[in-house]
Amino acid sequence: MKAKIIITPKKAVLDPQGKTVQNALAQMGYTGIAAVHVGKFLEIELAPGTDREAARRALDEASHKFLSNPIIEDYKLEME
Amino acid sequence: MHFAVLQFPASNCDQDAVHAIRLLGHSADFVWHKETSLGHADAVIVPGGFSYGDYLRTGAIARFSPVMQAVQKFAADGGLVLGICNGFQILCEAGMLPGALVRNRSLQFRCEHVFLKAATPNSPFTCRIPAGKLLKIPVAHGEGAFFADEPTLAKIQANNQVLWHYCTAAGEVTEKASPNGSVLSIAGICNERRNVAGLMPHPERACEKILGSDDGRLIFESMIDTLQGRTVAKAA
Repeated sequence: MKAKIIITPKKAVLDPQGKTVQNALAQMGYTGIAAVHVGKFLEIELAPGTDREAARRALDEASHKFLSNPIIEDYKLEME
Repeated sequence: MHFAVLQFPASNCDQDAVHAIRLLGHSADFVWHKETSLGHADAVIVPGGFSYGDYLRTGAIARFSPVMQAVQKFAADGGLVLGICNGFQILCEAGMLPGALVRNRSLQFRCEHVFLKAATPNSPFTCRIPAGKLLKIPVAHGEGAFFADEPTLAKIQANNQVLWHYCTAAGEVTEKASPNGSVLSIAGICNERRNVAGLMPHPERACEKILGSDDGRLIFESMIDTLQGRTVAKAA
């Protein structure tokens, strides 16, 4: 069983990385891109036999207090 | 006075911080991050560097080191804590200071001398800085843009928690004078109680004329004066 955590910068936070990637895409001729946000992706492998709901709750807590910083980032947790 | 200078894996300004304090005639020692006690420290410096390789986010892992619990308690008891560069990032991650530090707007690692202007003399970190004095102090960081959401920023301003702004050589606080794109060109702040502060520039690298500036002394001297004032008050 795997968990996936996607962390993205909050919209109010300056994201110069996203802006730079967006500009590079435009220079390469990729059109129609309104914005790019560069974040992080964590893939977490859970030990066999782990209780899915308990793991989800624990990872949600860990995402809030450690894996993301709620001041500057949003996260999305997905259980596979 | 005795300063505890924390050491995390990949701290790299710890030696400079200890050197600066000793240069000022006071004592300083390293405290390894696995320690659970700060000993008999009168003040704590959380130094610069790249604790834990800046993995995940700057300061995110260091804030969970055992010594940080002792630092939290020390601050809760009113002790003076100064975070410099990565130390500032760690204190924000630990929730001991509001806001967060994000990637420089330029995406560049900036390593140069900048000018700072104290926003208020009313703190243990700025009380010795003469009015109007500009501090020439180096920065060296890639993620030093201070960010806080609107309500937090309003609160920080209302409580006079901004301690230093970036400014031009003429003393003007402008967006252009900031090396990183910080909101309101904020270089350093303190907590509401005013005993915990953080700044991105490195005062410990500006304590001797031979290094291009000794303006950084004023920040440490402010802390020392405050501590000596407390000792006198206690004795009386």
